[in-house]
Amino acid sequence: MSTGYAKEFKENSGRMSQDLTHRAVIKKALNAYEVKRDENRSKYLDWQEARQAAAEIKWEAVNHLDRYLLEMTEKLEARGTKVFWASNAEEARNYVINLSQEKKVQSIIKSKTMTSEEIHLNSALEKLGYDVIESDLGEYIVQLNEEAPYHLVFPAMHLTRGQIKEIFKKKLGSNTSDQPEELTMVARDIMRQKYLTADMGISGANFGVAETGMISITENEGNARLTTSFPKIHVALMGIEKVLPKLGDLALFLPLLATAGGGQQITCYNTMIGGPRLNDEVDGPEEFHLVLIDNRRTELLSDAEQRDALHCIRCAACLNVCPIFKSSGGHSYGTTYQGPIGSVITPHLRGLQDWKHLSLASSLCASCTDVCPVKIDIHHHLLHNRRNAVSQSPVWWEKIAFIGFTFATAIPALFQLSIKIARLLQPLHGLIKGSLIDPARAWTQTRDLPEIPAKSFRQQWKERK
Amino acid sequence: MNDSKDLILRRIREALKSPAPVPGGHDYSHAETTPTRPKPDLGSFRQFLPEVENDFNSQWSLLSKNFTALKTDFGLLDSKEELTRFVQELQRTENWKRIGYHRGGLTTPIIDSIQTEKVCVNDPYDCQDLEKCDVGISECDAIVAQTGSILITARSAGGRGLSALPPHHLILARTSQMVSDLPAAYDLLYQRYGQSYPSMISFITGPSRTGDIERIVVLGAHGPKKLTVAILKD
Repeated sequence: MSTGYAKEFKENSGRMSQDLTHRAVIKKALNAYEVKRDENRSKYLDWQEARQAAAEIKWEAVNHLDRYLLEMTEKLEARGTKVFWASNAEEARNYVINLSQEKKVQSIIKSKTMTSEEIHLNSALEKLGYDVIESDLGEYIVQLNEEAPYHLVFPAMHLTRGQIKEIFKKKLGSNTSDQPEELTMVARDIMRQKYLTADMGISGANFGVAETGMISITENEGNARLTTSFPKIHVALMGIEKVLPKLGDLALFLPLLATAGGGQQITCYNTMIGGPRLNDEVDGPEEFHLVLIDNRRTELLSDAEQRDALHCIRCAACLNVCPIFKSSGGHSYGTTYQGPIGSVITPHLRGLQDWKHLSLASSLCASCTDVCPVKIDIHHHLLHNRRNAVSQSPVWWEKIAFIGFTFATAIPALFQLSIKIARLLQPLHGLIKGSLIDPARAWTQTRDLPEIPAKSFRQQWKERK
Repeated sequence: MNDSKDLILRRIREALKSPAPVPGGHDYSHAETTPTRPKPDLGSFRQFLPEVENDFNSQWSLLSKNFTALKTDFGLLDSKEELTRFVQELQRTENWKRIGYHRGGLTTPIIDSIQTEKVCVNDPYDCQDLEKCDVGISECDAIVAQTGSILITARSAGGRGLSALPPHHLILARTSQMVSDLPAAYDLLYQRYGQSYPSMISFITGPSRTGDIERIVVLGAHGPKKLTVAILKD
């Protein structure tokens, strides 16, 4: 039987795929992205070789994860960083909460981090009375609109400028036009004092560097730079799989992430942080905390077949080309990580039986695998999830149906007979097609089965001879 | 607070006991414990990243093209006098009332020639004062022709705030600081900082921007709205 999550996904995606306004907004945004992405991809001497090299580097890192994590954390600790290893979401949240209480933090400014969405950090902090503000423009808009990010990289992609203007008017009392410039400046003006007065800045990390003990943050707005410059305490959240072996590996990964993610050659700011302010430096946080988060990533790691899903650099290129994502929309998934990669990893992170339906929501067109900059075998992993879900918990009627099918097809006479019966019964099916008593209702409601021909191929073949 | 370091490392080691299929392939019939070829490194990236030619003139023309495309203003100045005039001219046209800067070989003499209120980040400074500056003037480590990026560190560019907070970031640089591509920029970081890296290193490429509203590019999201690079010939 389908779970509550599956039912929700089915209802929401069904509704969204009929929403033509939504479709037009997404189409316009993604078409512009595709043009820029292709333009910048064509500048590479060899895009395919770049992907292969990136896959090999991530393979090396993920398959020696213990070694590289130890190297990174030892280097970080030697230069004054406090590293905290969190085995699950609760440990990570509690660490940030305890730290905030201990340091008497009042206001917190955040730059974009999907890992914090994953561990539901904002709501936990807000419940305790902390003032938490998202500084990334897209994140700020969805925070004001009290919804989850729609897309890994473009959180407010589903909203039109008119809707954003209304959100700002309702929540901030601002009275601007719907020009993107004006709306952006509203957020800029509000945020500037927040950077300077917040007690804690929370960021994510796009990459970790083992060799030199650093994190690397990729962004365009400068909000992550400001978040990690002025508050006295900087906390970075990082999934354990984000580590790269060498500092120089970033010379490949920074442009790769920008091109796959935003269609850019390189994003506006790519910042590597190796600790709190050093003695000879003029400014920067007094404390730097790195929270390393497992939260069932090691479960995925133990599945050798799908281990490469941990190569993911969260560029969201697979979302941008996915026909299911484009018509269902990011919110329908009900997951932190949407789109094809989300459908692969969510069953590992949150339970296969609850989330197996996402692997079925795929046309297996393989566009996701084609664009993945680190060559994750995404569409095959959707198949692997389907297979694993069934072998773990077989569906009784499917099992019976397949036993019957195997039996009928193994005996030619029986097979011929069943075709004849089906041909006779098909017109009768028309009477109940798509109605409540139709056993195949889920399929036949919106689809027609072609009429079974009067003569089968076998019959025609025999007659010609 | 006790953390779960040992638990996580144990889980990782347990998980890695079964080898994964070869990197980037689709072949599940055999799993490898070692990759099929040595791990790609910095030098090999040039074989597939966007191409940059070796001579100064082509690199300069690529850099100019990238600067223009990404809305970075720039000037190539023949002498220190010209550089000073370039900055003074900017001050007049933009009517700077307060300047943020750090002391350095290129910055100090030029800042000294300008009569206006100043915030020097080398002395303890109040971030509210820096916020009221019309411009932040800094030096840098390198300029990357391939991407039109400026490489800065907390050591070369006056810490973290100066290059991020004021609405205009002006960088003073020398032509000899131009490097061909990102691999060359990382080589430079290795050589210059070795085992003692600054706490912050950043590649800045164009003024701050966002595309979060209908994917339309708006300059000046949170960081500088304007980025200018004044490059002295040497």
